[in-house]
Amino acid sequence: MHFKDTERAVLKADSKHPLAHMKHIVYPYIPNSVPEVKAAMLASIGAKSIEELYAEIPAELRMQKPMDLPEPLLSEHALKRHVQSLLARNRHCGEVLSFLGGGCYQHHVPAICDEINGRSEFLTAYAGEPYDDAGRFQSLFEYASMMGELLEMEVVSIPTFDGHQAAATAVRMAGRHTGRKVVLVAEHVNPEKWSVMLNYCRSDLELRQVQFTSEGVLDLDHLRSVLDDQVACLFVDNPSYLGVLQDGAAIAAAVHACGALLVVGVDPSCLGAIASPASYGADIVCGDIQSLGMHMSFGGGHGGFIATHDDEALVMQYPSRLFGIAPTSVAGEYGFGDVAYSRTSFDKRENGNEFVGTAAALWGITAGVYLALMGPAGMRDLAHSIITRNAYAKKLLGALPGVQIVHATQTHFKEFAVNFDGTRKSVTEINRALRGHGIFGGHDLSHAFPGLGQSALYSFTEIHTQEDIQALSQALAEVTQK
Amino acid sequence: MKKPIQDISAGRFTNGRANLRRYHQAKWDEPVLFELSQPGERGILVPELESAIVQAIPDAMAALPAGMRRNTPPALPQMSQNRVLRHYLRLSQQTLGADLNVDVGQGTCTMKYNPKVNEQLGRDPRMSELHPLQDAETVQGMLHVYHQVHLLLMQVSGMDAVSLQGRSGSQAIYGNFAVLRAWQEANGTLDTRDEVITTIFSHPSDAACAKLLGYKVITLYPDADGYPDLDALRAALSKRTAALIITNPEDTGIFNSKIAEFTRLVREAGGLNIYDQANANGLLGITRAREAGFDMCHFNLHKTFATPHACGGPAVGAMCVTRKLERFLPSPRVVVDGDRYSIVDGGPDSIGKISSFMGTGGIVLRAYAWARNLGAAGLREVAEIAVLNNNYVMNELLKIPGLSAPYAKGKRRIEQVRYSWEKLSADTGIHSEQIGIRAADFGVHYWTSHHPFVVPEPATIEPTESYSRADLDEFVDVMRQVAHEAYTDPEKVRSAPHNCPVNPIDGSVLDDPHRWAVTWRGYQRKLRQSQKAANLS
Repeated sequence: MHFKDTERAVLKADSKHPLAHMKHIVYPYIPNSVPEVKAAMLASIGAKSIEELYAEIPAELRMQKPMDLPEPLLSEHALKRHVQSLLARNRHCGEVLSFLGGGCYQHHVPAICDEINGRSEFLTAYAGEPYDDAGRFQSLFEYASMMGELLEMEVVSIPTFDGHQAAATAVRMAGRHTGRKVVLVAEHVNPEKWSVMLNYCRSDLELRQVQFTSEGVLDLDHLRSVLDDQVACLFVDNPSYLGVLQDGAAIAAAVHACGALLVVGVDPSCLGAIASPASYGADIVCGDIQSLGMHMSFGGGHGGFIATHDDEALVMQYPSRLFGIAPTSVAGEYGFGDVAYSRTSFDKRENGNEFVGTAAALWGITAGVYLALMGPAGMRDLAHSIITRNAYAKKLLGALPGVQIVHATQTHFKEFAVNFDGTRKSVTEINRALRGHGIFGGHDLSHAFPGLGQSALYSFTEIHTQEDIQALSQALAEVTQK
Repeated sequence: MKKPIQDISAGRFTNGRANLRRYHQAKWDEPVLFELSQPGERGILVPELESAIVQAIPDAMAALPAGMRRNTPPALPQMSQNRVLRHYLRLSQQTLGADLNVDVGQGTCTMKYNPKVNEQLGRDPRMSELHPLQDAETVQGMLHVYHQVHLLLMQVSGMDAVSLQGRSGSQAIYGNFAVLRAWQEANGTLDTRDEVITTIFSHPSDAACAKLLGYKVITLYPDADGYPDLDALRAALSKRTAALIITNPEDTGIFNSKIAEFTRLVREAGGLNIYDQANANGLLGITRAREAGFDMCHFNLHKTFATPHACGGPAVGAMCVTRKLERFLPSPRVVVDGDRYSIVDGGPDSIGKISSFMGTGGIVLRAYAWARNLGAAGLREVAEIAVLNNNYVMNELLKIPGLSAPYAKGKRRIEQVRYSWEKLSADTGIHSEQIGIRAADFGVHYWTSHHPFVVPEPATIEPTESYSRADLDEFVDVMRQVAHEAYTDPEKVRSAPHNCPVNPIDGSVLDDPHRWAVTWRGYQRKLRQSQKAANLS
């Protein structure tokens, strides 16, 4: 490339630049950081310096000195060494035995899930049209379709942020649909989900909790006593936050009797063997897809789904994108696009439903890959394996002196509460000691559920082998008896 | 005689400039997944239950309430592993990721390069296998990264405290409004101040989130020069004003030099100032929210800070606030004591949770790595080159007949420009959307703008720092070609796309409740019903 003298002059004229004293760096991510190119481009637009391009910014608003940041790690090698040294200060669940759950779960992630979500095309796409991003539209339609089979519902949203957000939006949808203002929330809900819902809804809705019995299931008498014609919906997690699978049909009957909607939060990984909420009468179903092929990533693997039957009035309450199938000008060719876009804030700003934007689309595509790999047999085996391993773990842990399984007679999916009051040790102490054995004990419930005493939520999935469960049992025996 | 060697490359240039690409996107004519199902095939097996567990627990479901067992297996596809892989690889090839194109046509989205080393680090098991409820002592590296990103964003914004819990820009906007509400509750003004002022060129979520939190929304339109109208702001301000939320520069790319006056007027009226900095790409190290008088701002790490857009998330929206608002930030918070990090409850004034755990940890790490590579000088270089590229592209694009850049004639723009094809459309009958679909035939994305179209026949172009001069020239050449076609062969534009995986879609079904179908099962049912009705008649 040849440069005119005038272009070189432009470069020199920029010596007033606040960073001019620094040696010039050509940045690998910034093609036009090459000084000669920069000069040529400035010349082509008739500017003497970069400064000139910022002429509209008043001097008093300009930063007077460079940002105070650590020295750059310019080479990829130096950067990688540095970040790896930070990662080395983490202890991850692949190198210990972890029994943490409470909304984020360690499952096997099929290699194909990572292969597909690591593809440049999906990883770096964004908001293209159904023509240049036809694959994005189709794969998200297929995600919704497979979720629809699992949930036995015909409408499933493009993923929202996480299961908490899905619950918050689901009850707002119920509020708009019924025109009522009271939302009942079953007590054994994830405390974080409760906080998200409260925060998200309280400018329009009043949230009230419905008690559980000492058996760990919704108190139907209490529910009936608080249901009236002001109630928009009941939100219940089934399985509950404490892992209990409870009778959905009885709840649905009570809720529908007063004209309210039943909103159920469900862990989709139980649905290969457990009845879908739709089958027992749920009107809106929501939950988190992290378990369907996402790594935990310190909370980075979450995505929320919302599902309903194809009732136009309810469909029009979704704030989310909904992708639909459509014919094209060529016979036998599938096209896709946005269904009822006029519902959204993209179309109507503050007059649309809630808000919509970037959320967790790549995890939707990945969950689709996961469900396609698992198929009906895989999902059945998964649910059955998890329920059985939890039952086995309950048996082993429940036999330890001073240790009690909370709601022991219930069927648990993926987690259950373990009470340590009889050991005279706190969960904090026990978990600290377990870490010495290379074990992450269950999440401490003593703050959020003080009524359960010193209890922890222990989670078991298909990856926890008999040997793992025995190792936990032995370690617990040791640390609780010391 | 020896045969001469053909100069192949000569056929790729005209007058020294590369010819337009003879592009065609992959087109696999791929079935919908359910059509690929073969009964009995399996894609992956679940670890078998050990015999000792089976013996100990012969029927774990025995105690389930009646009706809670699933009777009918879900009708998921049944496919062997490589067939699933092949299907999704084909769909990926029918998706035009930013890595594959000169992605400057999705203006406002900041489609910059997402370095692969950051992706590699984000997929390291010491990141990807972290449970968010692990004890702080086992995630010291991760908490260090959170803390460092807080410090980075404090430098970029001049704000005093940061939360990374938001999982997108819109969720951070929502979070900032929740902070506003909590602040008003604390000082007793929630009942009396219930209006939020925004501008029509600010993101739809700015207005939508204010409404969601119970505020009335007042929307300002631009003045004749394209700036947010200062007189309109004066007229809108009152004792009911809770806050202003505004972008600067707005989607027009014009920096509002009176921004400090806007924030002063709002402050004097008793409101807070919120800065939507979803896209701050042209301003890193140049100017900050604090000096302009803002109390809060937010950044999208998947825009300015180079984490992948991922078809629309996962993402991070960072909330940044001044000291007086810090106590309202979401819970929990990361705090440092010496070189030890801990996770603490947000305290009694905290708004609580806006999303699960501490947000999207893996994205925070990628953004950290990006900024750590560049440092202060590199971040400023990002901003400067993004602005240089934008003004270069504007200069080139405005040579195309039929295209204009409304407002602020002769002024430089920051990181993007909202153009108008108004003249071209009047001359040819071709609309901006059609130009975008035709542009896809040359392998580039193109976006019009958010609704409503204040700028007629809009197109929003944001070059970022990630493209070379030749890349930018290629995009301009595509626009020139499509505009030329609009004048000389409009049917070619109208009938586009020609080089994409699908042909023109009948979008009418998508707004018709009787025909729309959001899932395959919905489509199959409606199809059966429709066929039955047709047979009956």
